[in-house]
Amino acid sequence: MAETNAKRMSMIVTKGSLDWAYPPFILATTAAAMGLEVTMFFTFYGLTLLKKKLDLKVTTLGNPAMEMPMFGMHIGMPNLVSAIPGVDAAASMMMKNLIKKKGVASIEELRTMAIDADVKMIACQMTMDLFEYTQKDIIEGPALGGAATYIETATKSDINLFI
Amino acid sequence: MADQLLDVKGLNCPLPILRAKKALKDVPTGGTLEVLATDPGAVKDFEAFCRTTGNQLLESKSENNVFSFVIKRTA
Repeated sequence: MAETNAKRMSMIVTKGSLDWAYPPFILATTAAAMGLEVTMFFTFYGLTLLKKKLDLKVTTLGNPAMEMPMFGMHIGMPNLVSAIPGVDAAASMMMKNLIKKKGVASIEELRTMAIDADVKMIACQMTMDLFEYTQKDIIEGPALGGAATYIETATKSDINLFI
Repeated sequence: MADQLLDVKGLNCPLPILRAKKALKDVPTGGTLEVLATDPGAVKDFEAFCRTTGNQLLESKSENNVFSFVIKRTA
């Protein structure tokens, strides 16, 4: 690839829940819009963000900071309610409704915009092997690579994030 | 009056910036784009966007909870 003078940003994307999918895609699309060359390296649970069909969820488990605006106040979600069948599904649905209501983009929308903005995506080969994914499971476009591929990108980047 | 108008009222971060970037592509160099937004975060974001991309923020104002930005495409 031809070297340019544009600033660069790289990101390691390790998480695949609905809430954690936002920071990497928001930053990638915005950086690209601001003229940066962006590379996203998807590893472990982050790899699921490359699946053709996304079905992202949130969980109340292990997230004491999660408060949903309801009835004019903020309702905390106790850890243990996550064990009740349907609670996480309901929380995910609630989050998706909020996202729509507040004019926040969907992850699908942001991912398409990232691809359209030529954000370079790398799928971690080791994670593909580990969780038995094939290239048929993920969207077209991402290259397969490993740690060395990422490190080379990172050495040439102005911003490197681990999310 | 700007050459083009983009209405992103009701949209939240980062959509106002992303839509503006897309709209700027259709503005000839030296032309202007007016963006209408309701996201209060857009005020600082459009300043940062213009500084980083080298485009010129000619105007930034707020009226009845609607923010308007006039960007001159110089980059």
